[in-house]
Amino acid sequence: MAVISYIDAITMAMREEMRRDSNVFVLGEDVGVRGGVFRATVGLIDEFGEARVIDTPLAESAIVGVGIGAAAYGMRPIAEIQFADFIMPAVNQIVSEAAKMRYRSNNDWTCPITIRAPYGGGVHGALYHSQSVEAMFTNVPGLKVVAPSTPYDAKGLLKAAIRDEDPVLFFEHKRCYRLIKGEVPETDYTVPIGKADVKREGSDITVISYGLALHFCLQAAEKLAQEGISAHVLDLRTLYPLDKEAIAEAASKTGKVLIVHEDNKEGGVGGEVAAIIAEKCLFDLDAPIKRLCGPDVPAMPYSPPMEKFFMLNPDKVYEAMKELAHF
Amino acid sequence: MATKVLMPQLGESVTEGTISKWLVKVGDTVNKYDPLAEVSTDKVNAEVPSTVAGRVTEIVVPEGETVAIGTLILYIEETGAEEGGESTPSAPEQTSAAAVTQQATTPATAPTASVQADVKAVPSQPAQGGDKPRYSPAVMHLAQQHGIDLSRVTGSGMGGRVTRKDVQAIIDAGGQAPAIATAPAQTSDTAAPQVTRETAVSASTASSSVEAATAPGDQIIPISSVRRTIANRLVQSKHEAPHAWTMVEVDVTNLVNFRNQAKDEFKRKEGLNLTFLPFFIKAVVESLKEYPMINSTWAGDKIIVKKDINISIAVATEDALYVPVIKDADQKSILGIAKSVDDLAARTRAGKLTMDDMSGGTFTVNNTGSFGSVQSMPIINSPQAAILSVEAIVKRPVVIDDMIAIRSMVNLCMSLDHRVLDGLICGRFLQSVKQRLESIGPDTKLY
Repeated sequence: MAVISYIDAITMAMREEMRRDSNVFVLGEDVGVRGGVFRATVGLIDEFGEARVIDTPLAESAIVGVGIGAAAYGMRPIAEIQFADFIMPAVNQIVSEAAKMRYRSNNDWTCPITIRAPYGGGVHGALYHSQSVEAMFTNVPGLKVVAPSTPYDAKGLLKAAIRDEDPVLFFEHKRCYRLIKGEVPETDYTVPIGKADVKREGSDITVISYGLALHFCLQAAEKLAQEGISAHVLDLRTLYPLDKEAIAEAASKTGKVLIVHEDNKEGGVGGEVAAIIAEKCLFDLDAPIKRLCGPDVPAMPYSPPMEKFFMLNPDKVYEAMKELAHF
Repeated sequence: MATKVLMPQLGESVTEGTISKWLVKVGDTVNKYDPLAEVSTDKVNAEVPSTVAGRVTEIVVPEGETVAIGTLILYIEETGAEEGGESTPSAPEQTSAAAVTQQATTPATAPTASVQADVKAVPSQPAQGGDKPRYSPAVMHLAQQHGIDLSRVTGSGMGGRVTRKDVQAIIDAGGQAPAIATAPAQTSDTAAPQVTRETAVSASTASSSVEAATAPGDQIIPISSVRRTIANRLVQSKHEAPHAWTMVEVDVTNLVNFRNQAKDEFKRKEGLNLTFLPFFIKAVVESLKEYPMINSTWAGDKIIVKKDINISIAVATEDALYVPVIKDADQKSILGIAKSVDDLAARTRAGKLTMDDMSGGTFTVNNTGSFGSVQSMPIINSPQAAILSVEAIVKRPVVIDDMIAIRSMVNLCMSLDHRVLDGLICGRFLQSVKQRLESIGPDTKLY
């Protein structure tokens, strides 16, 4: 099995799906000739032509809006938002149109669109190229929000998203693109949307995370293991709807839960995860549910020391995990 | 503008209070927080502090009178109210209301006097979080499910917190490590909620060792869990049960003679040494039958008189004290008791006591005479109501029918929980034991 990068897994998924189904097409800013600013769509225009790999104007509402129309017509669009920060002009299309299509047509119409958006910081991208915007979409019934952390999951989930009959927001952590590598089968497989995954078995504390932060958790868990502390690490993978059973199971396993995400703490996905645990696992809890998240600051600063302050890292996660283990 | 002082709420369930004594008289000047009166209720006696500074203008309720909570008891003319008082009549009331609020938050023992009827001045309990153990839901849940006494669990978490893993480890190991007599099951049978709280307090008392200085060369012995349990339980007993103590001396010359004459044959037939202890236990058991009240337990709001007579016997090992139980001792002969004692003592020393061996005791007999003691003040094996120690049998000159004789004498010492028992019944009980022991002779049946 080949070891490839996270971004290559995404490209592989799109290529395979485009080969498999001629209704699948890609649209977005610079996705064609340029192959995407992150090179996620590189080579696709050569193989599938400009009719299926469409360079669009700088208008996110149009990218998603066109996608929704095509989806209603029976196509399977993959709309790329160049940076998740720029998804705001498309929110009306996503929340008010795509998410509600099936419901308001009483199941007559569906909207099988996949919206890919690179998010997250740690790349010196500053205010407009570093935001985590997932929490804005995780209380919109009708939407599915996916945020894989490994190349294997990225490929499997993207393929599942493309095949899904309903709109899927597919968030890719841009720091993971070339940092994270892993084994990815060249065969056709999907990873089910809505299922979390235990990335490490442990018995002392439970850590729940997703995206880049999940890798920090795994690194910290490795370090803690040498100190005799065993961490159970759950990767949410899908942020909406959450895998409530997996969350409850993981939380009950140790009774001590730390939720880690790069997104701002207040109103983040972690709050919902904590609420699920509070509802389902009270009598298994041995410590307050803790969250380690980005600060409640408007955006990722440009100044390197400030960016370092804002971003999580393995040391910060290690300290939080250790403190909880000792509680 | 006079401020009204009302009968304060002296505890949540209290509805009325008696002015036992006025500490001020009309015309006296009082400062804020000065005591105004002594008030007694069926729950507490307390002083009523002044909520304002001023001069007492009228005492409404005379001494000795019982009035409902919230009744006007006296008027105080506030200092400083005269100056601007008339133009702003509501000002003093606001001041006094503020005073109430302020006072309610001070951890003073004196309860708050409420000034306005709608201000419910329930004295707020000062948070004593510091040394009270707090348990997580998981720990509480597991402890309840498996009958684990958390006050006996040593925590490995931050600040000694008992963690879920600590409790799980005990469960995985097959339950709580036995240390002294009472099983957790029995504790939960009898302990009232308030007792549980006190347990927690005493547990922390025992564990918070005195800041002792160590000098070079001193040996430091870490406390084993058994030792800690012993400490906790004894502190708990001393703390909860008001101990009273009494002693009788018994002439056991006949018993000594009888035992000397019977022991060789007994040893040959039964393979057991015939010691004195079974005779004492037998006499105690028969007297317990006669005075069942001694065989009881304080349970907070009631006294439980136990039907079964299960005698705990104290067995010391080199570094710990165990109290295994002779079950249904009232159904056993002297031989039966001797066998039980021998078996329990052997298994204690071999470290093979089971939880069942340690539980269910209703009265304790302590053989302090075995190490030569002639007098002792045992600590009650909680939640039992009394403990009796049998001291060493010594030959002493005693007066019989105005003649001096050399007799074998023994002291029986008894500590009793004075909440349950009084001197009278214990005296009768001891006289009963004494008579039984003194009437042992050739006719006494061993089997």
